[in-house]
Amino acid sequence: MRNTRLIARLDVKGPNLIKGVHLEGLRIIGPPNEYAHAYYLQGADELIYIDCVASLYGRNNLDDIVLKAAQDVFIPMTVGGGVRSIEDVTHLLRCGADKVAVNTAAVRNPRLITEISRRFGSQCMVLSIEAKRVGRGRWEAYTDNGREETGLDVIDWVKQGVDLGAGEILLTSVDQEGTRKGLDLDLIKAVTNEVPVPVIASGGLGTAEHLVEAVKQGGADAVAMADILHFRRSTIGEIRQVACAAGIHARRVRHD
Amino acid sequence: MIKVTVIDYGMGNLRSVSRALEHCGAEVKISSDPKAILGTDRVVLPGVGAFMAGMSALKIRGLDTVIRQVAAAGTPLLGICLGMQMLLEESEEFGLTPGLGLIQGRVVEVPAHTPTGDPLKRPHIGWNELLAPGHGKGWKGSLLEDTPVGDAMYFVHSFMADPTLPEDRLADCLYGGISIAAAIKHDNVMGCQFHPEKSGASGLEILRAFLRRP
Repeated sequence: MRNTRLIARLDVKGPNLIKGVHLEGLRIIGPPNEYAHAYYLQGADELIYIDCVASLYGRNNLDDIVLKAAQDVFIPMTVGGGVRSIEDVTHLLRCGADKVAVNTAAVRNPRLITEISRRFGSQCMVLSIEAKRVGRGRWEAYTDNGREETGLDVIDWVKQGVDLGAGEILLTSVDQEGTRKGLDLDLIKAVTNEVPVPVIASGGLGTAEHLVEAVKQGGADAVAMADILHFRRSTIGEIRQVACAAGIHARRVRHD
Repeated sequence: MIKVTVIDYGMGNLRSVSRALEHCGAEVKISSDPKAILGTDRVVLPGVGAFMAGMSALKIRGLDTVIRQVAAAGTPLLGICLGMQMLLEESEEFGLTPGLGLIQGRVVEVPAHTPTGDPLKRPHIGWNELLAPGHGKGWKGSLLEDTPVGDAMYFVHSFMADPTLPEDRLADCLYGGISIAAAIKHDNVMGCQFHPEKSGASGLEILRAFLRRP
């Protein structure tokens, strides 16, 4: 039985950790690395950093934040937002990232998925999907933090992305994101049914029970959480306890 | 202070490894200079990515020869993830590619199905528990001497080492009923498929053991 991963997601704008609703209306939370370190100590299995405005402004400013995080955070870090080239990936890995999450640039140039996975291995290439529901059982992929439509059907695009070499899917529901109302279980189910790679479910986690649903009903391999942690409504340790009590296999955490 | 050189051959993850080693009390140099690699107490060969790209990157810099010299000199050498896989003789990733040949065996793809025929997700990503292999030699005096059986480490890989000699397997992990070589060892040459530098407190314990062992 594989361990379900509990991932802390940090959306960053400039120097600040931020949080929005439906990826919009961004509110400043604080310095990202203070939060990152706290989540590491709480026993997070992984961190995801997303630069929310990188694609919009054509740059990525996470290098410095990742570089600092790598000083005292010894768990995997995925970094996304504005990753456009092999050079960008090389640079982020050198800063301490383990994987990159690509959305906008992959939509514009799907070959980039193949290039990254050939060069660094498919496990390094996380395809990030921002999904908006457009009908019953149908979702459209968005880019630029849920602002730009692509015309791509999420399921088709995920399958294509995996064929091109994506090793993991970060699946964010724009509809649920920031609402605390639970994850989009239909979306998670639809994607996990279609692809053989791990799926990280993101967007909408308001309680630990939502994680349990996403894993048991949706088939998610990992769940990314933000709001519940940033606003200190719960900790990774508490959420892990609830998950384990519900029969989800998650790692036992040792502390230094 | 123990001096460690982390080999830089242009394939990611150097910062994390070196920082974790520093955290464990080592003096760390990241280098591709043969002198820095040969004149140190410990050598770490990190690596994320594809086997062929990794071996080419080593060869272009002449580092394959240097690493063989390190092994021959008896200096403790630790390969991590792709760095562990490259210690073996060859890999099936993107066609058969020769490795460093420091540990007998081949690198093969993680199977697409469990022994009972269910599909198995690849890459194998996530935290997985270390188990003692069947030969019963135990972990005393090894990298894992302070690691309880069942401690979870962070894995991320699509290929796995298949060492020829059973006694070269130090630890296994079970993935979908498949036994994966999680750590290997032959004399002073050691490898872990997981990332100790990314495995929280449990992984740091292993790096401390690597720095401490003679």
